[in-house]
Amino acid sequence: MSEAARAVEQAARESRARLLAFLAARSHDLAAAEDALSEAFRSALETWPGDGVPDKPEAWLLTAARRRLIDAARHARVRAQAMPELTAALDDAQVFTHDHEHAFPDERLKLLFVCAHPAIDAAARTPLMLQTVLGLDAARIASAFLVKPSAMGQRLSRVKTKIRDAGIAFEIPRGDELPERLDAVLEAIYAAYGSGWDDIAGADPRRKGLAIEALELGALLVHLLPDEPEALGLSALMLYCEARRGTRRGPHGEYVPLSEQDVTLWSRPMIEQADRLLRKAERMGRIGRFQLEAAIQSVHAQRARTGDTDWESIALLYEGLVRIAPAIGALVGRAAAVAQARDPQTGWSLLQRIPAQAVISYQPYWALAAHLLERMDREEEARAARDRAIGLCEDPAMRAWLMRQG
Amino acid sequence: MNFSILIHETAEAFAMRDDPAQRPALYAPIGAYLQALRDAGVFVGGAGLEAPATANVLSANGAGWKVQDGPFADTKEQLAGLIIIDVPDRERALEWARRFPTQAGRKIELRANLVPPSE
Repeated sequence: MSEAARAVEQAARESRARLLAFLAARSHDLAAAEDALSEAFRSALETWPGDGVPDKPEAWLLTAARRRLIDAARHARVRAQAMPELTAALDDAQVFTHDHEHAFPDERLKLLFVCAHPAIDAAARTPLMLQTVLGLDAARIASAFLVKPSAMGQRLSRVKTKIRDAGIAFEIPRGDELPERLDAVLEAIYAAYGSGWDDIAGADPRRKGLAIEALELGALLVHLLPDEPEALGLSALMLYCEARRGTRRGPHGEYVPLSEQDVTLWSRPMIEQADRLLRKAERMGRIGRFQLEAAIQSVHAQRARTGDTDWESIALLYEGLVRIAPAIGALVGRAAAVAQARDPQTGWSLLQRIPAQAVISYQPYWALAAHLLERMDREEEARAARDRAIGLCEDPAMRAWLMRQG
Repeated sequence: MNFSILIHETAEAFAMRDDPAQRPALYAPIGAYLQALRDAGVFVGGAGLEAPATANVLSANGAGWKVQDGPFADTKEQLAGLIIIDVPDRERALEWARRFPTQAGRKIELRANLVPPSE
């Protein structure tokens, strides 16, 4: 690869999202900003090898993209009065390209908030974030979410049209609005992690790798919002889970439950990094859902040092979690922890308090029910629950494991 | 909204049905799956099909039907069964289709059932 091509590639990797955020925040048109930016990168690939790499590659790209954006708007016959507005909005691009004093502002946080805006369908938020902030292509995102690339491409462009037409502002929410909006950003990042996590050990290689992208988004959010304990909590949570990834499957791809994982193979650096993030979050004294979930995983991680699991602590943390976020997963997790800390009967009674309608097709509920009924020697009911868990299972390795329990 | 889950199998998978040692491994997870569909209240109907070699194929020609012994087409996978479910949307239908037990060579086609025009 030539020096110029390497410089373009480096600029794409390091600055693409920042340039996009800057342009989109001013044009309010994500799709147009993306088009203009890819045009700018294309012309860099054409001209840099001959003219040499500019002193400030970012500034060069920004100027080129700005020109394209204005040309495109002129072409699209943007309302006459909107034209000066757009030109003016993009004018400050010149400040950053000519003035060495002003650092180019990082507006990726605004981009994250737009991606998880309440006006956008929750199912589209994570894909939009992966595309705009990390630059993943629609085909890659589509495979992670098990839909056709064309369908994902359409979904993403519909969302961008909506952002433009509804005039959704590129801004950081203030005051009362912030916690709720931040929650949506955290959820969207965690959903990306979940889609990589559910696919275990490459059962479906097309889904592999989103976990890494989610970790990257999480780290970016921590960088952009260093004083937000929940952002730290989310990053810690994902790192604790990621530390165990390799041990979730045996040598032949078989499912290995947490209690049987080889703790010597858990990633110590990841666990230590997660510990640091979680401690920092705790010092801020504002507890939240992701910090509690991370704390639960930190207790599991301690098994690598102490050799056993402090189920009392885990049960207590779940108690806190269901108080602030009583999701079905947390209710089932609490029942499992209480069953371990005390006895299966107590766990079972908690499990039975969950409304039947909520668990009709929730597989982990039935897997836990089978386990607890088994421990209470209620063979017949245990078998029925296990069959239900098998029938609801999407993961072949987990299905095979459940069938071996019978 | 009704969807059909069409299950296609290879000749090897059809052969497993006749092997007493392999049969339970083939049928047990499918039985659990069907029960989960019923318990969730989405099961409408369905059937497993005998091996494709036992089929009769009727082809329309100008005069009427020409009857031949099966299978219908010489493809690697043959239709082995179908399940009809009633769910609110395709996303939910896909969720259920993904839960069908995996098996080497097995393919599943998910199709929305045609809604008769209401007039």
